[in-house]
Amino acid sequence: MSDSGESKGKGVNRRQFLSQTLKTACGVGLMGMGLGFYARQAESLPAMAIRPPGALPEEDFLGACIRCGLCVRDCPYDILSLGQLGDEVATGTPYFYARTDPCEMCEDIPCVVACPTNALDHELTDINDARMGLAVLVDQETCIAFLGLRCEVCFNICPIRGKAISLEYEHNVRSGKHARFLPVVHSEACTGCGLCEKACILEEAAIKIFPTHMAKGELGRHYRLGWKEKEKAGKSLVTPDVEHRYNLPEGVQYDLQGKGLIVEPEGQQQSPFSSNPLDRLNRGLENQ
Amino acid sequence: MAEKLVVGADAIATKGWLKAHQWLILRRVSQLSILALFLIGPLAGIWIVKGNLAASMTLDVLPLTDPHVLLQSALSGVVPELSAIVGVVIVIAFYLLVGGRVYCSWVCPVNMVTDAAAWLRRKLGIKTTSQISRSTRYWMLGLTLILPLVTGSLVWELFNPVSMLFRGIVFGMGMAWILIVGVFLFDLLVAKDGWCGRLCPVGAFYSLLGTRSAVRVVAVEREHCNDCMDCFVICPEKQVIKPALKGAEQGIGPVILSANCTNCGRCIDVCAKDVFQFGSRFNNLMVNASGTEGMSGKQESAKPSKT
Repeated sequence: MSDSGESKGKGVNRRQFLSQTLKTACGVGLMGMGLGFYARQAESLPAMAIRPPGALPEEDFLGACIRCGLCVRDCPYDILSLGQLGDEVATGTPYFYARTDPCEMCEDIPCVVACPTNALDHELTDINDARMGLAVLVDQETCIAFLGLRCEVCFNICPIRGKAISLEYEHNVRSGKHARFLPVVHSEACTGCGLCEKACILEEAAIKIFPTHMAKGELGRHYRLGWKEKEKAGKSLVTPDVEHRYNLPEGVQYDLQGKGLIVEPEGQQQSPFSSNPLDRLNRGLENQ
Repeated sequence: MAEKLVVGADAIATKGWLKAHQWLILRRVSQLSILALFLIGPLAGIWIVKGNLAASMTLDVLPLTDPHVLLQSALSGVVPELSAIVGVVIVIAFYLLVGGRVYCSWVCPVNMVTDAAAWLRRKLGIKTTSQISRSTRYWMLGLTLILPLVTGSLVWELFNPVSMLFRGIVFGMGMAWILIVGVFLFDLLVAKDGWCGRLCPVGAFYSLLGTRSAVRVVAVEREHCNDCMDCFVICPEKQVIKPALKGAEQGIGPVILSANCTNCGRCIDVCAKDVFQFGSRFNNLMVNASGTEGMSGKQESAKPSKT
């Protein structure tokens, strides 16, 4: 660079130059460390702040998002905000709160189209493939469907009704004669748009959008579900299927899902009992 | 040199107030109208420009992207979209033409803050000497580029007062005003030209972009200089002036070639003798090409056509 410092630069000797450079390097280095640690804290995302559809995983997102706010501007429902200094969300990055402003799941996904850096992944072309988070019925103690009342608001508002949230019917043990209509979220379809959380009629929503990593469990990789593996292979993979045998007297069989107990009719004398129940009832009387 | 109460008093006396502030006024108009273009959308619903200085979309056709922030993003391992690449090429081409640090003096909103600090500093006669070298900004620039490499995230953008102020005005300020007040006080009390002239990595980036840029301030009439020192007092990068203004004996051309000249034009404003003008870096070549006769003769031919 043509300006190496103040105009007196020519008179600086090697020692001064070295000490000046070292001072600057140390100062800037310290500042870098400070910034790095500050960043770790400043970049933590509160659970209730949800990134727009197509957002990369959070650690990649924070490198990709250049904080331009074009997604905010192109959202037709104006749900997105940029984090401000002092907010819990990393400064300048876009987010929305489902309880107040859920994603309306536009088919053309204008926020993704507007993003200049792929922080919102342009591979996302079908909004149903978006995974902004996952709806979780967090509180069965207050959800009025679980209390046995009819509600189903979350089920009915869901844009992927029946697939992302379905209703399961269950016997109401408390009343003994009614059914409970329980909303159940299915992670393979839920986009995390948050319409259910907004629609929940409670003072504090019983169904909430969580970041997927907080909402989902994960089986150990070594886990194999026996019945699924069997279905896939067409047979049991561990030991060959042995037909179950009942310990029954000879000439008697048991058909589990058919006729039930089958007594083979061969040789009537061999059976200790007559086939006519009256014979047994009358047996004692004959002797008298 | 005796400090005058008003810098450029001679210029005001000879040229009139307006002429002695014309580039300052034009710069403020430029800075404020850029802000206005971004603000008229959210405030009045007239969408001409969307986004902010990091990336913007004008009338849904013209993308513009800040090269410094896009470079940070790329270093964190992201492949930008085509619109961002087109935008960054346009922006780089523009600053290669008009001078990299034109961003600082004609676009950046922090310039108004630090100019205010510098003005108040002169008024109050504050003369603290800075321990911070003017080359620190290049270390800072290095830092802003290393951090995304190491951490994978745009750490600098969590702190950057430049993007923070502009985004704050357009999208909502939050607590960012504290940072801006900090920059103001730093420039006022701690170091002259402290932020823009010594620390800001954004300015450092744009100065590198402008090392070979075309539009320059030229000390065309340098033989008329009466050593009033007003240009040195008003200039935010005063080290850039001396070679061009006083280099006639050493055979240095009259063009201010330092990449850290922000092309703010304040030296043109405050000079009562009209020593400076906007010209191009090729004014120096013309001087060299027109032979070796007396400097004053060559200056006439070197006079730039555009001002």
